[in-house]
Amino acid sequence: MCVAVPMKLTSLDGHNGVAETGGVKLSINTMLLPDAKPGDYVIVHAGFAIQHLDVEEAERTLELIRELAEHEGDKEDTESG
Amino acid sequence: MKYMREFREAGATKALAKSLAGAAERLEVVRLMEVCGTHTMSIARFGLRSFFPENVMLTSGPGCPVCVSPHAYIDTAVAYCRRPDTIVTTFGDMVRVPGSSSSLESEQAAGADVRVVLSTIDALRIAEENPEKEVVFLAIGFETTAPTIAAAVLEARDSGLPNFAALCGHKVMPPAMAALASDPEIRIDGYICPPHVSAIIGGDAYRFLADEYGTPCVIAGFEPFDVLQGVLWLLEMIADSKPEVRIQYSRVVSREGNQAALAILYEVFEAKDDEWRGIGPIPGSGLSFRKEFFDFDAERRWPVEVEPTCVPEGCICGEVLKGIASPRDCALFGTACTPESPVGACMVSSEGACAAAFKYEGANR
Repeated sequence: MCVAVPMKLTSLDGHNGVAETGGVKLSINTMLLPDAKPGDYVIVHAGFAIQHLDVEEAERTLELIRELAEHEGDKEDTESG
Repeated sequence: MKYMREFREAGATKALAKSLAGAAERLEVVRLMEVCGTHTMSIARFGLRSFFPENVMLTSGPGCPVCVSPHAYIDTAVAYCRRPDTIVTTFGDMVRVPGSSSSLESEQAAGADVRVVLSTIDALRIAEENPEKEVVFLAIGFETTAPTIAAAVLEARDSGLPNFAALCGHKVMPPAMAALASDPEIRIDGYICPPHVSAIIGGDAYRFLADEYGTPCVIAGFEPFDVLQGVLWLLEMIADSKPEVRIQYSRVVSREGNQAALAILYEVFEAKDDEWRGIGPIPGSGLSFRKEFFDFDAERRWPVEVEPTCVPEGCICGEVLKGIASPRDCALFGTACTPESPVGACMVSSEGACAAAFKYEGANR
């Protein structure tokens, strides 16, 4: 039940905002994340933004994933060759 | 879906699986627990158990709010369904959970006004649009969800909404994890902590588990890479005998959590001792309304008579929730108890351990 998805906050009027992901738009409430602003990636749960998605941290993890994948790919090339 | 699918890179997952095997060689049998129901679902859906070395056991924990709500809660909700001029609003997961003699779904079929909402804000709108009715919201969920209900209650108070109240069944996670960690029958060597609960309460909320109970904790995300990296970190901490709280899901979770959300949560609610299905009473593990908000407490404002609790025979949801039995250990699994015709809560909720096992691993026992 704690499912929450990353969405991009596209507009905000008071606590009422619109967030978007993959072409889907959703009205969300930002009362629980008062410093959210348009352009931010936020984590949305039950119609509320509950936390920021830290883009730098996300990219750092993705970078590690790419490195591991590349390393794994190199090894497979060696093993099969 | 930005920042979701990128974390499903197969090569990285394979590389991690190899590291897992290496780390596990340094260990005897270890028992890890994924606390969160969304993890249970993700692990079953992506077949992640197949990546774990043989001596690494991963059991599901009590992290599905629907599953841990005691029968009495459902029975009280059913009583509100039967109350005249009442609309019961709820998250969809609750509708099919069997109580002692009925469910919200059965009550709805019998004519009760039960409405599924995606957000408490929708429940407020229903109250506004139906001034002649009294609207009860079934407030279940952990620290992820509780602040959203608290926010709605504040909005109802500020706008003077006269016909809205909540049946409070919220629970908080760390006391339940401590109860399991100190139970000798269960013996958990490491926790995969619930990520979105942690988005609110922060990593430091689990410090006492590492410091006082010696149980390492990793807050990992839901994607396959996240889970495997989280398991790897746990194995490393167990092998080194250095229990800590580590945050793998650093793109969302910080040490201090969301202080603004916590302030709203504890403005409206306070901690109380609470009953968990299958586990029993756990000190400080539930939430109740603070007295300033008693007007929004459905049980105080609109008391109802509730039928005596009757627990189904043969159902072992309790043991499954504690991680001492797996769904397949239950005599009812896949026969008397299926997602179409559930006996226990763990088979109803899509996040329940039994439902996940049935859906992704088959009905055969």
